Amino acid sequence: MTGRRIRVLVAKPGLDGHDRGAKVVSFALRDAGMEVIYTGLHQTLDKIVHAAMQEDVDVIGLSVMSGAHLPICEKLIKKMHERDMDDVLVVVGGVIPKKDVPKLKALGVGGVFPGGTPFDTAVSFIRENVKR
Amino acid sequence: MGVAKYIKDETGVITDVEYQSGIHVKPLYTPDDLERVGFDYERDLGDSGDFPFTRGIHPLGYRSRAWTTRQYTGFGTPEETNERFKLMIGHGQTGLNVAFDLPTQMGYDSDHELAEGEVGRVGMAVDTLRDFEIAFKDIQLDRIGSGLTINAIASIMLAMYQAVGEKYGYSGERISATPQNDILKEIVGRGAWIFPVEPSVHLIADTIEYSMKELPRCNPVSVCGYHIRESGATPAQEIAYAFQIANAYIDSVVRRGYSASDFVGRFSFNFNVLGNLWEQVAKFRAARKLWAVNLKERYGVTEKKNLFLRGLFGGGGSGLTKEQPENNIIRGAYYGLAAALGGAQTTALCSYDEAYTIPTPHAALLSLRTLEIIMEEVGLRDTVDPLAGSYFIESITREMETKIREKMEQIDRLGGMVSAVSSGFVQKEVAGQAYEYERGLQQGVYTKVGVNKFTEGETREVELHEYDPASAERKIAELRKLKEERSGREVLSTLRQLEGAARNRTNVMPFLVDCCKAYVTIGEMTDVFRQVYGEFTEPGIF
Repeated sequence: MTGRRIRVLVAKPGLDGHDRGAKVVSFALRDAGMEVIYTGLHQTLDKIVHAAMQEDVDVIGLSVMSGAHLPICEKLIKKMHERDMDDVLVVVGGVIPKKDVPKLKALGVGGVFPGGTPFDTAVSFIRENVKR
Repeated sequence: MGVAKYIKDETGVITDVEYQSGIHVKPLYTPDDLERVGFDYERDLGDSGDFPFTRGIHPLGYRSRAWTTRQYTGFGTPEETNERFKLMIGHGQTGLNVAFDLPTQMGYDSDHELAEGEVGRVGMAVDTLRDFEIAFKDIQLDRIGSGLTINAIASIMLAMYQAVGEKYGYSGERISATPQNDILKEIVGRGAWIFPVEPSVHLIADTIEYSMKELPRCNPVSVCGYHIRESGATPAQEIAYAFQIANAYIDSVVRRGYSASDFVGRFSFNFNVLGNLWEQVAKFRAARKLWAVNLKERYGVTEKKNLFLRGLFGGGGSGLTKEQPENNIIRGAYYGLAAALGGAQTTALCSYDEAYTIPTPHAALLSLRTLEIIMEEVGLRDTVDPLAGSYFIESITREMETKIREKMEQIDRLGGMVSAVSSGFVQKEVAGQAYEYERGLQQGVYTKVGVNKFTEGETREVELHEYDPASAERKIAELRKLKEERSGREVLSTLRQLEGAARNRTNVMPFLVDCCKAYVTIGEMTDVFRQVYGEFTEPGIF
């Protein structure tokens, strides 16, 4: 890793508008010294991938509350792969049932942080797992 | 210990308690405290049914009228929702509170690409009047009132409710619907916004103006402090922001030449029961008074029934925990108690499994039973406002009033709620509070049983509502079939008239009713608005 600050894109895909968690995590990552860009609500996956490329981020953090995390992650990772973005770490937070965690990991999601995960857990995970 | 901050000395004795709204609680309250806060019975309380209504809007309180139970209900297809409505009504529920899925809330039809994976997931999927015909079949629309949890397209849903009423023989004067119709709180807290602020508020004014004339039993707006609190606001901010939002809507109708007295009697509120019991009770009592004072002082409203704060006080979702879900049943009982001690006219409780997803029938019925037990067995109907006169409760009610007033004045200084929300000020305040609370929870400043104290290591599993993707496919197939059957000419002509009304800024409501009756889809009507009004852009808060 270089000495550059870790850059994270916090993204809210889809139609769900509950963004308390996304904003709270953004504050926490910023307090931990990372640079945080927040997409705002109702983003398509194309917009998220585009923003991640534009901002040259190390991490995409998706916040999903609606239950649609599996199809969303599958599509996002496919789009990232098509654009040679495999070196960007993907993490997911929100309302994620335990049984879906291994399925998300199998899709290529690095870390899964269901609601209530301590900030420190997410921060250390990102620090230890950024791919570049 | 709970939602308040508890400071202890080295022996474990609590030396200070601070509520989220910033009120410090003393270990002992005496008559001196009433003097300290300048308590005056006539000015601060009055008898129940009398100004300023701190003790309640009905002279006999729950003796004359029990609260309405209105659990949030709706999922999958209209058929499935109709079945659930009937189950709840059959078990004694006295009002409906309809949940719509995200595509419906955002004005997309079930076959839109952005709807994929979301159709019927967090509420009922609605595309056309046909869906309302199915969902409300065999429901007595003149006896059961319906809350409609819809905001950006509340005008469309209210029109559709009128259309379905007429279809089943209930005229506009007989039906009672309460659409949320509160776009400013969507922008602050829940995110289901579509159009920019100005035309959104214009649409709300259309619904209020139209209801005055055509739908006298409908409550065209239910301002949701609830969601602002869920997003992180303190109890004092929740009430202050909700009242300033309501003032913004009142102003928009007054600008059309009406007097506030013509319509404020039909305003409704939705507040959150989340947090310390005493702080909640103080909040509701102070809110009832301040709303009456606000209407009197700002708008010169004098008639008693127009000064009532009417609303649903609902058990807050973010108080629930995933770790030990059954504990939420116990939390729900205390939320119900807080709502009753605060004088709610309507209550709903989040069900114990709602930290995960929409409730199973078992969980929904358990919430209803919780409210019924509180109503029937505990003694809350015995006397009005039983905590009145308590040195403690009256002192903190006065202090809560001061905190709410301060927050309201802050918004006034910023030029009112429309500008405070457009600039992102309120969103920043609320998000900052949310972060402070979450950090406090993780540091153990606040206690949550099963989360940061008395934990069990493992999350206990409970049965959850399973999403059925096949019901989405059925929904899309039905929509396509309906589109073939309806009259294309009628669709085009009603849509064209709607567009004309939107462009000329004439009241769109009658045109929406015509569209609904022609089976125009929600997506088609919303697209007209999207074209005419444009879409909202969030002010960046990071």
